[in-house]
Amino acid sequence: MISGLTRRRLLSRIMTGVTVLCAILALAPLFAIFGDLVVRGASSLNWDFFVKNPAAAGDTGGGVANAIVGTLIIVGVGSALGLPVGIGAGVYLAEYGGGRFGVTVRFLADVLTGTPSVIVGVFVWMLVVRPMGHFSALAGGIALAILMVPMVTRTTEEMVRLVPHSLREAALALGFPRWRTTAQVMVRAAWPGIVTGALVAVARIAGETAPLLFTALGNLNFRTNVLQPMQTLSLQIYVFATGPFEEWHRLAWGAALVLMAIVLVFGLSARFVTRTRFRDG
Amino acid sequence: MDRRSSDRTSPQSSRIGWGDAVFKAALTAFAAVIPLLFLALVGRLAVSAWPTIRAFGLRFLTTSTWDPVANVYGAAPMIFGTLLSSLLALVLAVPLALGVAIYLTEFAPGWLRRPVATLVELLAAIPSVVYGLWGIFVLIPLLRAYVIPPLQAVLGWTPLFSGTFFGNSMLAAGMILAIMILPYISSVSREVLAAVPPSQREAALALGATRWEAVWSAVLPYGRAGVLGAIVLGLGRALGETMAVVMVIGNRHDLSVSLVEPGITMAAVIANEFNEAAGLQRAALFEVGLVLFGVTLAVNALARLLVWRVARGSAVGSRAI
Amino acid sequence: MAERRSRLRAEQLSALYGGTAAVKDVTLAFPPNTVTAIIGPSGCGKSTFLRCLNRLHELAPDATVRGHVFLDGRDVYAAEANAVAIRRRIGMVFQQANPFPTMTIYRNVAAGLSMNGRLTRGETDQAVERALRGAALWDEVKDRLRASPLALSGGQQQRLCIARAIAPRPDVVLLDEPTSALDPLATQSIEELVQELKREFTVVIVTHNMQQAARVSDFTGFFYLGELVEHGETPRMFTAPREERTEAYVTGRFG
Repeated sequence: MISGLTRRRLLSRIMTGVTVLCAILALAPLFAIFGDLVVRGASSLNWDFFVKNPAAAGDTGGGVANAIVGTLIIVGVGSALGLPVGIGAGVYLAEYGGGRFGVTVRFLADVLTGTPSVIVGVFVWMLVVRPMGHFSALAGGIALAILMVPMVTRTTEEMVRLVPHSLREAALALGFPRWRTTAQVMVRAAWPGIVTGALVAVARIAGETAPLLFTALGNLNFRTNVLQPMQTLSLQIYVFATGPFEEWHRLAWGAALVLMAIVLVFGLSARFVTRTRFRDG
Repeated sequence: MDRRSSDRTSPQSSRIGWGDAVFKAALTAFAAVIPLLFLALVGRLAVSAWPTIRAFGLRFLTTSTWDPVANVYGAAPMIFGTLLSSLLALVLAVPLALGVAIYLTEFAPGWLRRPVATLVELLAAIPSVVYGLWGIFVLIPLLRAYVIPPLQAVLGWTPLFSGTFFGNSMLAAGMILAIMILPYISSVSREVLAAVPPSQREAALALGATRWEAVWSAVLPYGRAGVLGAIVLGLGRALGETMAVVMVIGNRHDLSVSLVEPGITMAAVIANEFNEAAGLQRAALFEVGLVLFGVTLAVNALARLLVWRVARGSAVGSRAI
Repeated sequence: MAERRSRLRAEQLSALYGGTAAVKDVTLAFPPNTVTAIIGPSGCGKSTFLRCLNRLHELAPDATVRGHVFLDGRDVYAAEANAVAIRRRIGMVFQQANPFPTMTIYRNVAAGLSMNGRLTRGETDQAVERALRGAALWDEVKDRLRASPLALSGGQQQRLCIARAIAPRPDVVLLDEPTSALDPLATQSIEELVQELKREFTVVIVTHNMQQAARVSDFTGFFYLGELVEHGETPRMFTAPREERTEAYVTGRFG
């Protein structure tokens, strides 16, 4: 007969073990996916992969040069449109966001971060692609910007709010007008955090596919004109993975590895920004 | 020569007020983009969906026929498929995510917490299309070889597991979704549990509770609302996931309960058919989008309300990685 | 250096948070080039009163001010007066040193300078050095003006804040319990500095430390529950106060 106390302690130990098991099970897919990316993707990575465009259907060789450049261009367009709006809205919420308008904006921003990206895609299709008459990288960039704005708004607001009030008072006491207090002191102090939030948002949109299906569409050729359809790594992976050719499947893994690397670069630089800041202080 | 502050008060004063007004106006304009975007989104979807709303009314939500040739559309299979796949994802992800969150806040040694937490968050960094790729070439073969045979041997007679497994299936979609939403549920739960005052746990321990009992009876109940919010947040993510789902679910317009058979979700049908659609079919897809938007809106709003009550307005859960 | 004869005078000044008055009907003059200490128990309204002088109080939620504050004969609370311009003529140092963390030491001191028109690089250098000398900090930081202020000690950071406040050559310098967060040695150096500051500026210092008030000030005002109970020359206030409450406070019977 196990005593009540011993039984309870046993249960505690078992449950602790269960949570460890959960952690292991949760991380297993992570290692599996990363492992597969490296193992299956590495075989595609050669010089041609990075400098050539896809070969004709079924042929071997070819690469994803157009997709890499396309990803960078479309992400660039999206960031150029989305970051200023997001940061501006975030600063507004932190400095003036007490009233009903601020509360509404904050709530809607939170709610919009959960919008399925495919919906933003069809929205931009209606708004930009239809009037223009054709698909374009610009439309893709607009769709990505729309996804970015709510994210960046909330992280920016949070970072500016974290700046101690005493800095605001010091600036005001020196005779800084309100706008200079905000711009030169509060935002400046929050800047590393704001940049981190921006980089995290960029990392998120770099991997997006759904909104681009109906806006940038994709392309087999090397294109840099933002007013024309353009390929991205995410679109390329989708086409290759769901296509019939073995060669395409192989290339899809390589493209996925490259895309993952790009996403990680943005994500890691986000962490790097916060870390160097704290070291200076 | 000495410059005195008092030398330059008047000429500056008018310029100062003007600067403040312009600055605030510019920031307000940026902030106004958000509600405008929201209204435009809802409005545009509704307007584009109007043809099918007018043609089918509420039957759109309850009928199953999706026939572009005859121009008859019913979205019941997609709505059902979205709910089923998301439910399956929750069933699989919630216990694991909670286990991870509890492990990280209560049991993990200090030096292990940051690395493990970072790794779990890394799951959220993987693009949806990469999950789909992995799903097609790794998960599905795995299921076919090691999971489906024993599963159907034991449970093949139940409606949930009957039928033939072709690879692309609701089960595969549910499993991938579970992996994708796990980091969100886990990280928000972790923040919620970490925000529980240590005195709660200490009070339970002082009463003689074991470590697990302290968690189960003191910490978890205290953070109940926030954890629920985290789960609802995960649900919101699952409802809207597109690429991974469209790549492994089979995209068959069928209202089937069986997990081993192919299925369809609202997000997947839009991704699959939008570019080739025209006229009424396109309007039908817009209406599907409107329904999806409405559902995710409601679910996310609920999640935010639940989490806000605990986290008091901070941007918990809106971080991407 | 020119002696400034600016006159600062509060007249029937009241400050409220919502409906409650934190400062009630205070009339107090600050003679030029003197140090006036404001003393009293916690919560008696000293800091609130100080913040009314440079129109900082009104920025708090639900805060209102009634009455007048005359700077060189002009009411800072007049309808046509500009709060931002007023604050450039009155400098403030806070309880906790708050240098701008993202700016260098040099830029911190220079922060208030650009408000009054553009200065050349040489003029800025001169003003910065002068302010740092005035704050008795020049020798310690002259070789690391481009360093972060966070590398300085608490006492040095506070002196940096003093340098920042005096660099724009204000007429008045307000100090809100400037040494309460510092160790005795740093406190002493700040107290010596306050004595120096009065040569150029009119100084008002809020302190909860009576001995400090007795050491550094020429005049003392005793506040209790928002009212100015008594005001006069410091030696007399501490040895022969006229009011009963003043005497009770300075002899340590309460507070």
